Amino acid sequence: MEKRFASIWFPYLTTDRHTIRQPRLRKVPFVLAAPQHGRMVITEANGAAEAQGIARGMVVADAKACFPDLEVTDAKEDLNKRLLKVLGLWCIRYTPMVAMDPPDGLILDISGCAHLWKGENYYLKDIVVKLRKRGFHVRMAIAGTIGAAWAMARFGKNPIVDDGREIDALMPLPPAALRLEPEVVDRLHKLGLRTIGSFLHMPSSALRRRFGEGLPLRLRQALGREDEPILPLRPVPPYVERLPCLEPIRTAAGIEIAIGNLLEALCKRLSGEGRGLRIATLKCHRIDGNSVQVGITTSRATASIPHLMKLFAWKIPHIEPALGIELFVLEAGKVEEVDPVQEALWGGVPGLEDTALSELIDRLKGRRGVRAVYRYLPDEHHWPERSFREASSITEKPSTLWKSDRPRPTRLLASPEPIEVTAPIPDYPPMLFRHRGEAHTIRKADGPERIEREWWMDEGEHRDYYYVEDDKGRRYWLYRSGHYGDDRPQRWFLHGFFA
Amino acid sequence: MQMKQESKDETIGRLKRDLLRWQGVAMPESHTERIGLGPIEDAFPGEVFPSFGVHEFISGSREDSAATSGFIGGLLSRLTTDNGVCLWISTSRLLFPPSVRAFGVAPDRVIFVDIARERDVLWATEEALKCSGLVAVVAELQEMDFVQSRRLQLAVEKSRVVGLILRCNPRLVGSTACAARWRIRSLPSLLEDGLPGIGFPRWEVDLLKVRNGNPGCWQLEWSEGRFIPVVPTRQARNRFVQMKKIS
Repeated sequence: MEKRFASIWFPYLTTDRHTIRQPRLRKVPFVLAAPQHGRMVITEANGAAEAQGIARGMVVADAKACFPDLEVTDAKEDLNKRLLKVLGLWCIRYTPMVAMDPPDGLILDISGCAHLWKGENYYLKDIVVKLRKRGFHVRMAIAGTIGAAWAMARFGKNPIVDDGREIDALMPLPPAALRLEPEVVDRLHKLGLRTIGSFLHMPSSALRRRFGEGLPLRLRQALGREDEPILPLRPVPPYVERLPCLEPIRTAAGIEIAIGNLLEALCKRLSGEGRGLRIATLKCHRIDGNSVQVGITTSRATASIPHLMKLFAWKIPHIEPALGIELFVLEAGKVEEVDPVQEALWGGVPGLEDTALSELIDRLKGRRGVRAVYRYLPDEHHWPERSFREASSITEKPSTLWKSDRPRPTRLLASPEPIEVTAPIPDYPPMLFRHRGEAHTIRKADGPERIEREWWMDEGEHRDYYYVEDDKGRRYWLYRSGHYGDDRPQRWFLHGFFA
Repeated sequence: MQMKQESKDETIGRLKRDLLRWQGVAMPESHTERIGLGPIEDAFPGEVFPSFGVHEFISGSREDSAATSGFIGGLLSRLTTDNGVCLWISTSRLLFPPSVRAFGVAPDRVIFVDIARERDVLWATEEALKCSGLVAVVAELQEMDFVQSRRLQLAVEKSRVVGLILRCNPRLVGSTACAARWRIRSLPSLLEDGLPGIGFPRWEVDLLKVRNGNPGCWQLEWSEGRFIPVVPTRQARNRFVQMKKIS
């Protein structure tokens, strides 16, 4: 069968994507820029900007000088490739063979596909309309060779080239339509060869001598005299396992066996790929048409069946089978690479990277009644309640040092408790304080240590802390809120207990 | 005669070791595993701190539990090397994480578990004690009966993790299967020559019960990253005795 190819061209691929995210940019001249040799150079301009004469390769400062209200955004590296991949995977619904054609195109091998859309005309229209609806500028062409389809999508007027008519279609097009390097195109123009037709019939040995191997090769490819391979995209199959049941399952033991089977299949695939799951959900479709869902999370990517089984085992009582479950679907919602753990020949002291520890934490987190599992890292604040923050993961390293230069109590009250104090003169430590009806005579004291409130975070008085020891040797952390004033009573608080 | 005397001592020592072995107490081979508790360590069987057991700390007030937390911090720093991880399980956590730095423990190597009910604390503690990836588990509990403590002790013997149970204001202090029962109270700190301020933390360490050991009472100070036994002066001892009489 004759081969047929389609080429899709997105003239404003990355700017279109920004416009989809921010619709207000549709009519605004808008460019993407990236640093190049120490200055910002435009890498992509949208239609409104191009109408103003702004083109790729211009320096942003120059463009801004002409159009002060030009919108400039930093270009993200490889954004076009990521977009092309997503669009290419979307196109797999039209043909199984889709290849990326960077920087801004796709190539589809549509041999034997178009008749399903009642002909190439409708096929082309369907794709173009759907992509335009998503907000992309699109040009598309269908031809018997990749080269011809590429040329027609970018330079041609007629989007569909019948088989064997490639030469006629290519004749009036400029040499750039042959996917040549810019230097070769320049040289052709310099020699007055402004259309493909003007050098199409020249002997290939003469062309090769003057323009290198590239030109005759591209010509042969465009005319179908040489095959051109494409590298089709392969969609990643989702990490989903299904288990249909002949008889509806109603017992806990049955559900457990089903989860075991699903986990075995999923973990076999995951461990083969060197990955592990972080989030998994089990959907149980019941015969009454409803479905029940339970989920687990792990603190580290894992593909260990016994561990995951244990986490799911606690969820089984939450699954209400009603009349019976006929289909189990296990999906890994988040999958990560597993760092290969080196087996220790002799057991040292296990650290935070230990798998037994992360499995323990998963079990604790999965249990009802466990409010939270925390790990703390130092934070750059003097205010005691803010001097530490929660770590985002179990292996996160502290970015600053723990401070231990000032005395800090081992037990800190969540809310300071008011006390009555007898203090001799301002700024001296108290002599006596009364807390919950008990009087404490202070024998030794350190302080004051003034801690200012962080005004950019909250409002209020500063605190003057005193580290005091009473006559029985018990040590406390007291503070006075704010300055001594004439008109208001002093407010003293007990905030912690020292060892 | 001399020979006979020595052999008698040896015999008694051997019999003691045999007794311990029959009771299921694993004895370390040498005395190198001492953790620097000074004279307190001599009270334990084999004169070594039983680091594979469950220890119970009784405290009567919030001040005492603060002192106990400090002592536990000191113990943890002696038990864990630079890489070990501890778990701190409680229902109402009052421990101020940065403070354990002063006792030589990196606060980022302590994992805090917050639990709603006391019954789940026991479950979580047992689960954690079975995990060999930890060095120590500290649990704040109020009540614990013999059966529960026996379960914890059995879990410890298999995984060799230290279990430290901090019991604040227990209603009932019955017999438990723990390796030791402690009570830590703070003592007035001492500074040289009447310098102003407060000295190093100082505690009265009461070893109320020790399995196969000798209970006793000592005074300890935490300074420069280690426990320093304090020999009370005559004056201080008198004051101490008086204070005990009053309380």
